[in-house]
Amino acid sequence: MTGEPRADGRDGRDGRGGLRRAGDAVSTFFYRRQRLYLWLLLVPPLLWFGVVFLGALIALVWQSTYTFNDFTMQVTPDLTVANYKALLASVNLDIVIRTVAMAIAVTIACVILGFPLAYYMARYTRGTARGLFYLGVMLPMWASYIVKAYAWTMILSQGGIIYWVADHTGLRPVLDWLLTLPYVGGSSLTTSNLGRLMVFTYAWLPFMILPIQAAIERVPPKLLEASADLGARPLQTFRTVLLPLAFPGVVAGSIFTFSLTLGDYIIPQLVGPPGLYIGTMVNLQQGSVGNLPMAAAFTAVPILIIAVYLAIARRLGAFDAL
Amino acid sequence: MSHAVELRDVSRHFGDVRAVDRVSLAIEDGEFFSMLGPSGSGKTTCLRLIGGFELPTSGEILLHGAAATDLPPYERDVNTVFQDYALFPHLSVLDNVAYGLRMKGVGRAERRQKAEAALEQVALGGFGGRHPGQLSGGQRQRVALARALVNRPRVLLLDEPLGALDLKLREQMQVELKGLQRKLGITFIYVTHDQGEALSMSDRVAVFNQGRVEQVDRPRDLYARPRTTFVAGFVGTANVLSGEAAKRIARTERAVSIRPEHIRLGAPGPGQLGVSGRVIDVQFHGPTSRYEIDADGARLAVMTANQGGDADAGRPAPGDAVELAWSPEAMIELEGTAPP
Repeated sequence: MTGEPRADGRDGRDGRGGLRRAGDAVSTFFYRRQRLYLWLLLVPPLLWFGVVFLGALIALVWQSTYTFNDFTMQVTPDLTVANYKALLASVNLDIVIRTVAMAIAVTIACVILGFPLAYYMARYTRGTARGLFYLGVMLPMWASYIVKAYAWTMILSQGGIIYWVADHTGLRPVLDWLLTLPYVGGSSLTTSNLGRLMVFTYAWLPFMILPIQAAIERVPPKLLEASADLGARPLQTFRTVLLPLAFPGVVAGSIFTFSLTLGDYIIPQLVGPPGLYIGTMVNLQQGSVGNLPMAAAFTAVPILIIAVYLAIARRLGAFDAL
Repeated sequence: MSHAVELRDVSRHFGDVRAVDRVSLAIEDGEFFSMLGPSGSGKTTCLRLIGGFELPTSGEILLHGAAATDLPPYERDVNTVFQDYALFPHLSVLDNVAYGLRMKGVGRAERRQKAEAALEQVALGGFGGRHPGQLSGGQRQRVALARALVNRPRVLLLDEPLGALDLKLREQMQVELKGLQRKLGITFIYVTHDQGEALSMSDRVAVFNQGRVEQVDRPRDLYARPRTTFVAGFVGTANVLSGEAAKRIARTERAVSIRPEHIRLGAPGPGQLGVSGRVIDVQFHGPTSRYEIDADGARLAVMTANQGGDADAGRPAPGDAVELAWSPEAMIELEGTAPP
């Protein structure tokens, strides 16, 4: 309309501040140089990601091959695989298995509790109602995580609300029976794996709900109708259409629940039976013992597990619909 | 013999909105039946009621004589071709087509063979390995058709299936759809807002307006004898005269419709009616020309055939005074008054 935009950005209109004109000039300069503009946008995050994030990760893995001298308590940069060998020792392997088993249990519990809620949010709520759901899901994250973990020790303890409810609804025998089960039980809920599972599930559930909700929201309702139209019963539609299409969300959510459980060192200390977790072991090794290489080797375990998990999910076709 | 689909006094309300308002229809077996209307007229809701995606607020739905009002979609012997196709993005084209058979528990080999045959039928043989995302709009449309037809439904519901295609492809698909329907003998219920599409393909057409059926007729009769002002105006072009204009120009108390091609430029002959007016606009449409005439405040459209060459010279131009003539039988009396 006014012909070619001028490189200096002036449009001939007077009476505007010099600052505004300079801003226009900058805008025009970058509008014509999209590649430069893109680079400028990307440099800060790339630096952060490349140096701070990946760099630290590589340094971590690298240090897991340093040598720790048990007598002098010194770390020397002599490369060794001793730390990884030590990981395979039955004591340490127990820690890994214990942590991974809990991570799997937490993930399953979060999927079972999170999927229906995410489905309801995505399919049946609009506007304010959905806002309230978002708020409700994320509200627990506003409070301090450690405070919540301590609060749970009260909730789970003898004389706590769960015992009180069990006593008053006649469910106490069921609770006692649950606590006699191997692996699950313990002398009370506070010292049982069941209690620990509850606290972990409470803490990580939002991280499961939100990605599943986003995934379900992207599934057009017409697809579910088409499935029913072609003779699929609701359960068949769920298995063959909804679940495969929402599966990337489940995978994303389970990466959160998995890695958060694998790295946590607070909840295992406060709730549940004794026995180290990967997180508590890392805390112990680098804090009390000062064996940073061993701590680093333990940290490599979750990375490996997540990598294997993603490979399996990919093989299962979890990302085909993306 | 019972009807393929029967609606008895069916209504569907959404809150205060009567999307479908006391509709009764009987669709014959093997018929190509269109539901025509503007958007929001209730035709798609009506189709969704037949498919089982909506439940009627009141009324009854019968499929082949059996009560189907409350049946879920997966228990109805009907299949749907959705407007935006609704293909499963995570399945290959072949798996999409075989989906219905898989849900019915048909064996892998058999459903593969049937799905491939269905793809052949819509000229997409060899496309089974692709994913829906790799297909063009027209190809997706055919996959949706094959996916529905492979189940051998007795009734096929089509919800504006050609709406997303460009004109050329749409015309080609109209011919193919009609041919397929004739060959298979399946009842087609076809929802469209395109009156040309409805007229050219259908055995019968139901015209929807504001949730109600205004008229059900063969295309020819619908055009020649529209019953209401709405039908006259929506199906083809019509000069609808009512009230004062009807009295003055058509010399009748009731609203009438006169098709533009039934009005002649020139003085009325014996037994004919006529009016004089002024040309406002002339539009050239190739084989025909359309004149907009102002006859003392009433606007009339007149369509004349173009002969081409000198024969068309001396036709009236905008601003010219003209006389119009038509036969009494060109006037169709309508129910209902024209919208103000």
